[in-house]
Amino acid sequence: MGPLAPNGIISENTNFLLAFFIGIAFGWVLESSGFSSSRKLAGQFYGYDTVVLKVFFTGAITCMIGLLLMSLFGWIDLDLVYVNPTYLTSAIVGGVVMGAGFIMGGFCPGTSFTGAAIGKIDAMVFVGGLFIGIYGFAFTYPWWEKMYMAKYLGEPKISQSLGMSDGIFGLLLILVALGMFVVAEWAERKFPREEY
Amino acid sequence: MSDISKTERSKRYLNPYLGGVLLGLVLLAANFIAGRGLGASGAIKSVVATSIEVVDKNAVNTMPFMAEYAQSHSGSPMRSWLVFEMLGVLVGGFISGAIAGRLKLKVEHSPKITSRRRLVFALIGGTLFGFGSQLGRGCTSGSALSGMGVLSLGGFITMVGIFGTAYALAYFFRKNWI
Repeated sequence: MGPLAPNGIISENTNFLLAFFIGIAFGWVLESSGFSSSRKLAGQFYGYDTVVLKVFFTGAITCMIGLLLMSLFGWIDLDLVYVNPTYLTSAIVGGVVMGAGFIMGGFCPGTSFTGAAIGKIDAMVFVGGLFIGIYGFAFTYPWWEKMYMAKYLGEPKISQSLGMSDGIFGLLLILVALGMFVVAEWAERKFPREEY
Repeated sequence: MSDISKTERSKRYLNPYLGGVLLGLVLLAANFIAGRGLGASGAIKSVVATSIEVVDKNAVNTMPFMAEYAQSHSGSPMRSWLVFEMLGVLVGGFISGAIAGRLKLKVEHSPKITSRRRLVFALIGGTLFGFGSQLGRGCTSGSALSGMGVLSLGGFITMVGIFGTAYALAYFFRKNWI
């Protein structure tokens, strides 16, 4: 049955329309969770507000469990679901550059859009920066192309790389997340916090 | 409960674990319907590619970035799943902010720094994030969150890169936030 669009069950235009509604839900959840506030987001890195960790990991785990169950029930063909390719070098370097941008700018791209949507001028400026950065990459691409393409590993799943089944890895990830949530709750009690 | 009733309405947020479950269900819906996860920076990339194409029709032959882009996207760059999704994000964010009473034009910053300093850092941070999202083939949404949802090795690596670096540098930028 699923995924619907790759299986031709819904047309491309329907898929685009549903993308718009999925986006509405995505934006609503991000904003309602407080991701439109850079000071709330940055709290993650100082321990006073760990909403990022809680929402992010709960989200990834919910999706992972959902996909595993749907696959088990035969509702979705996981071979048709896009798994991000792994280019080791650029995944690391890109992540490092993004991390620096995160702590300086206080947003990531998705959250900056929700901040801009409710009138945060700092979020709008951040979005302007995103455009500059992407234009910058586009025009200097030949300089980075070698790094961009280096160490291509295909589309490995982390469970395969660690030599365990998806289910076992999922269970471990849940346990790790629960451990992190305990630390996060402790940090929030320890460091003073106000709501923004 | 008494704590919550004392908090201003605009400062009341969804329980983070509930928010996380809802986010996961949205991500699951995206995978079930479109066979792909969520994203954000990819939509800006589409706008950037479109603008380059408008200025220089031949760009796809002269610019390696555009050639790479054309390879992975057929048709007009704006006819992209992520462009429609991000338009939705703006609408969804606005609706949530409107309901919670958070619609307000302002620069949010720590009282210890000026608006100007906040905006300068927002611009630098945005530029770095935009650049990094291209190098890393997706941002926190497209690479880290969506990648982790489908157990992509690259997604986990990028997630560690983003959060690890932000933690490592947090000390140097603490004045901006605390």
